[in-house]
Amino acid sequence: MDHVKTATVAPVAPGRASGAATGDGESGFVVDLPHYSGPLDLLLALIRDEKVDIYDIPVARICQQFIERMHHLKLDEAADYLEMAARLLRIKAQMLLPRPDSEVAWEDPRGELVRRLLEYQQMREVVDVLERLGEDRRNRFGRTYVAASLTPVVQAPLSLSLGELLSAVDRVLRAAERPEIHDVISRPIDVDGFIEVVRAVIALRAVARFRDVVPPGAEPWEVLSGLLALLELARRGELRLDQPRPFASVEIRRELAGEAA
Amino acid sequence: MNSLAKLLEAALFASPRPIPTDELASLDAEASPAAIQSALDELREHYDVDGHAVELVDAGGGWQILTRPEYTEAIERAQVAHRPRRLSPAALETLAIVAYRQPIGRAEIEEIRGVDVGSMLKSLHERGLIDVVGRSEALGRPLLYGTTGAFLEQFALRHLEELPRTDELAVALRVREQETLAEVVGSSGAA
Repeated sequence: MDHVKTATVAPVAPGRASGAATGDGESGFVVDLPHYSGPLDLLLALIRDEKVDIYDIPVARICQQFIERMHHLKLDEAADYLEMAARLLRIKAQMLLPRPDSEVAWEDPRGELVRRLLEYQQMREVVDVLERLGEDRRNRFGRTYVAASLTPVVQAPLSLSLGELLSAVDRVLRAAERPEIHDVISRPIDVDGFIEVVRAVIALRAVARFRDVVPPGAEPWEVLSGLLALLELARRGELRLDQPRPFASVEIRRELAGEAA
Repeated sequence: MNSLAKLLEAALFASPRPIPTDELASLDAEASPAAIQSALDELREHYDVDGHAVELVDAGGGWQILTRPEYTEAIERAQVAHRPRRLSPAALETLAIVAYRQPIGRAEIEEIRGVDVGSMLKSLHERGLIDVVGRSEALGRPLLYGTTGAFLEQFALRHLEELPRTDELAVALRVREQETLAEVVGSSGAA
């Protein structure tokens, strides 16, 4: 087993521990690795290290190494890597199936994986190019390094003398009219006053109606005060409110029991 | 230096972003494109031959005056200016895929990279290197991404065609063979 030797990457400190604890306790999984940017990257590294032909991958060997390196890097719970491990196992299983006798239909189960690996490797080449170009540009300063699309339109500084500023303030102050100030007269709801009104009304009448308490055309505060006065008196037991049927006028009667008490 | 070259130098110095040649031409209505070009050449030569610490560069969609790399370390050590942060390999991979396959959706990028790229796309978008350029007609109408002008500037590219063509890459030819093979595998494998 030479995987320990080939695995030049030291175990990495956990970047972000997952909620699930790992079996061996020491750490959660590492989401981002400094050395491998994904399962395909790890797989390519294995293929390079093992010096195998990418078109004829010894699946069992590579799969075993892949899983060992996953353990080594504490990647056991990273879904992307697990999925790749499962894929390798599936390919191996497919290759173990007996092939049909006719030579037409058999396709290499590794074909799809090889295509993806090559596609990925191509992107890695582009990454090398971008890295070189980006590093080159990084080392030169322009007037500003703000990306063009993010650059705000630069406003030229104002040219203004103190005299101009003061006369502008003067114009503004003169243009502004005296603000109109409204006096707000408070009209508190007069429940106590209406309690007296209600008492007077029911002293005179056996059965009174709401409009006897609050005359038609009363202001909203009077309607509210009258209503609250009625409810308050009903609560104190001085009168009784009855409504024979829905939407009929409310009948207000002296509460005899209350009066007696 | 002739007066046109000086005018261009002033404009390039004043601008916070690269200026394309046709925008430079609008600085002097009477100057012909050839005159602009020769003025640019003169300015570049002036910087190169007379030993200036800056140089004239055509990159990022236009012309700009940049400091020469040998001064970068001293400038950064003195905290006069800071280099932008280096992109991680994972970010570069994602960016490379977007640059070559644009417009491209998240699922296709993940298919190529073999990992989830949701947060990576978000951070590249925040850095202004990629942008949403449309929606796919596929199921769910996923967003499609493309690279921006800031991408060109960050990698000092004049335009996207300056990136190596895929058939110039080392693995290109074999990919092409394999792609036709994969199509056969893919179509019969799905059945």
